[in-house]
Amino acid sequence: MSHELTYLEAIREALVEEMRRDDKVFVLGEDVGAYGGAFGATKGLYDEFGEYRCLDTPISESCIIGVSVGAALRGYRPVAEMQFGDFITCGFDQIVNQAATLRYRYGGRAACPLVVRAPVGGNVAGGLYHSQNPESWFVHRPGLKVVAPGTAWDAKGLLKAAIRDDNPVIYLEHKYLYRRAKGPVPEGDEIVPIGKAAIRREGRNATLVTYGAMVMPALEAADRMAGEGVETEGIDLRSLAPWDKEAVFASLDKTNRVVVVHEDVKTLGMGAEISAAIMEERFDKLDAPVMRVTYPDAHCPFSSVLEQHNLPNADKITEALRRLVAY
Amino acid sequence: MPSIKRHKFKLSSEQLLEMLYWLKLIRSFDERLSILVRQGLVRSGVYSGIGQEAIVVGTCYGLRTEDYICPLHRDLGTFLIKGVPAGVMMAQMYGKATGLSKGRDSALHSGVPELGIFGNTSMLGANAPVGAGLALTFKLEQSDNIVLVYFGEGASNTGDVHEAMNFAAVHKLPLVFICENNIYSYSTPIEKSMAIEDVADRADAYGFDGVAINGNDVLAVYQATQGAIARARAGEGPTLVECKTYRWHGHSEHDKPFYRTADEEAVWKSRDPLPTFTSYLRGQGVLTDDILQGIDQRIRTEIDAAVAFAESSPEPSPEDAATDLYA
Ligand SMILES: Cc1ncc(C[n+]2csc(CCOP(=O)(O)OP(=O)(O)O)c2C)c(N)n1
Repeated sequence: MSHELTYLEAIREALVEEMRRDDKVFVLGEDVGAYGGAFGATKGLYDEFGEYRCLDTPISESCIIGVSVGAALRGYRPVAEMQFGDFITCGFDQIVNQAATLRYRYGGRAACPLVVRAPVGGNVAGGLYHSQNPESWFVHRPGLKVVAPGTAWDAKGLLKAAIRDDNPVIYLEHKYLYRRAKGPVPEGDEIVPIGKAAIRREGRNATLVTYGAMVMPALEAADRMAGEGVETEGIDLRSLAPWDKEAVFASLDKTNRVVVVHEDVKTLGMGAEISAAIMEERFDKLDAPVMRVTYPDAHCPFSSVLEQHNLPNADKITEALRRLVAY
Repeated sequence: MPSIKRHKFKLSSEQLLEMLYWLKLIRSFDERLSILVRQGLVRSGVYSGIGQEAIVVGTCYGLRTEDYICPLHRDLGTFLIKGVPAGVMMAQMYGKATGLSKGRDSALHSGVPELGIFGNTSMLGANAPVGAGLALTFKLEQSDNIVLVYFGEGASNTGDVHEAMNFAAVHKLPLVFICENNIYSYSTPIEKSMAIEDVADRADAYGFDGVAINGNDVLAVYQATQGAIARARAGEGPTLVECKTYRWHGHSEHDKPFYRTADEEAVWKSRDPLPTFTSYLRGQGVLTDDILQGIDQRIRTEIDAAVAFAESSPEPSPEDAATDLYA
């Protein structure tokens, strides 16, 4: 059974269901209470669960995440909201030095089950400090899991998985998708497991690997290529740490060509990692170099003339696919 | 500055002698560590707490197992008094498999949830928001357990400490902030890091009480902390207890405190918390030569056993270098 929801409604539904299921789950963040969150993700939670399970915090990102670590140590499952993903830098220490290392330095005798929800990404004329894609900062740090849903279905299923996971999970929700990605969402307890990619489209000529807000333009590019007789396999990673190597390698074994698409900047992004893993472990399968379509190594400008120039889109992805198959 | 209510918390002769035992054990542990560093046997960063034992004992004595402590890098003694065996702590400093961290890190970078010990990271002040999170869970559970968060006057300048104080005040958390003001942060004297004399004054700005006390007087520390703890247990919110003290050694065992004068050191050494307390106990007729000898003998045996345990403990197994990263 499923019903139609927006990506944002799917997030809210996951929160409500998880909070009803387990009274150790609580949400905290700036303006998440009666106001319902800057984007409305926590609307209604305050009325149903009260001020201590839907906790308005001061503007103190480091404190929000530190408080979550303390609560997690005592068996709670805090879900911290960063008002914008960009502000996660103010809580960076608590994530990378505190939460990520906790189990390791405790000799395995403790777990740190917290979720940090961070609205990320551009294409909303947000400018430099409301458009960043911070996944690599966290994928780079052992001890953390990182997920980035690209559909309403996954937004719900991955958030449930993140809340139930015994590790710190960085949940990157894309602002552009909040109201634009609408689709079927499972009713009830369907989980999207962390670490499993989704094959969004079958194909045998090329493999497209992507996630988040790039899933839509990537699939559009794949459709266009079909018109040119090229069948592209579209893989939505969904999880970035760990990422589903098996699914990518299985597709590569079939198509022998890969392009990675992401909205994050190019240098040391997921594309660099995936491409390096392929070089190391599947060099003999390649008929063409792994290609990348990404944001350039630049900040995200405010003017949409400038931003659109930087953003990957269906045209740029189609172009890359053409180069890939012609190689 | 409003002063906190002074209760008198009565201690029996046995309890007073137990406090003496802890003071001396912690001093001996640190002294032995200092020798082990010079012998090249302990390579961990060792931040000696010699001179500050009265704070550790005065704040931790009589805590419940469920009460949580979030100590700072100089507070190895808090682990002992909270119930970690001396041998395990020594093995932790040696980086052995039997240490709390199984060799993953040394010093106080581990923790023991079942003993109510949160182990710090190296990030000064970062334990304060975690302490607030732990205290929040006690509040949610309507339990009367409390949390002690420790930091130096240097770390009192970090954003994390201020964020945590503000958060604790807003929610009237059962939290006592213990500032160990030993005048120097590394080489920097207090007048170069703060424009006020008493860290305790800062509590005022957040809406709770702060008190500055003689941190070298174990009973003064005990009385003030017990007062603050009683308020915290009663749901009256946080208190800041600033303990004025001095560290005898360098910032760490690897550096010389050339930035201080011999005169200043002599003045503070004359305020050694141990002889003061010892003669008080003699004056009260609680302590005799026989009892003192008995305590010293017991401590010698325990420290020797701790070193022997650490020395003879196995090195961590190499396979454990990358385990316990995820639950
Ligand atoms: C965030 C951060 N900055 C700098 C350091 C380096 N550092 C370690 S201890 C120390 C001095 C700490 O002084 P204080 O907080 O007064 O505690 P004390 O060592 O005097 O007990 C410094 C600068 C650190 N560990 N963390």
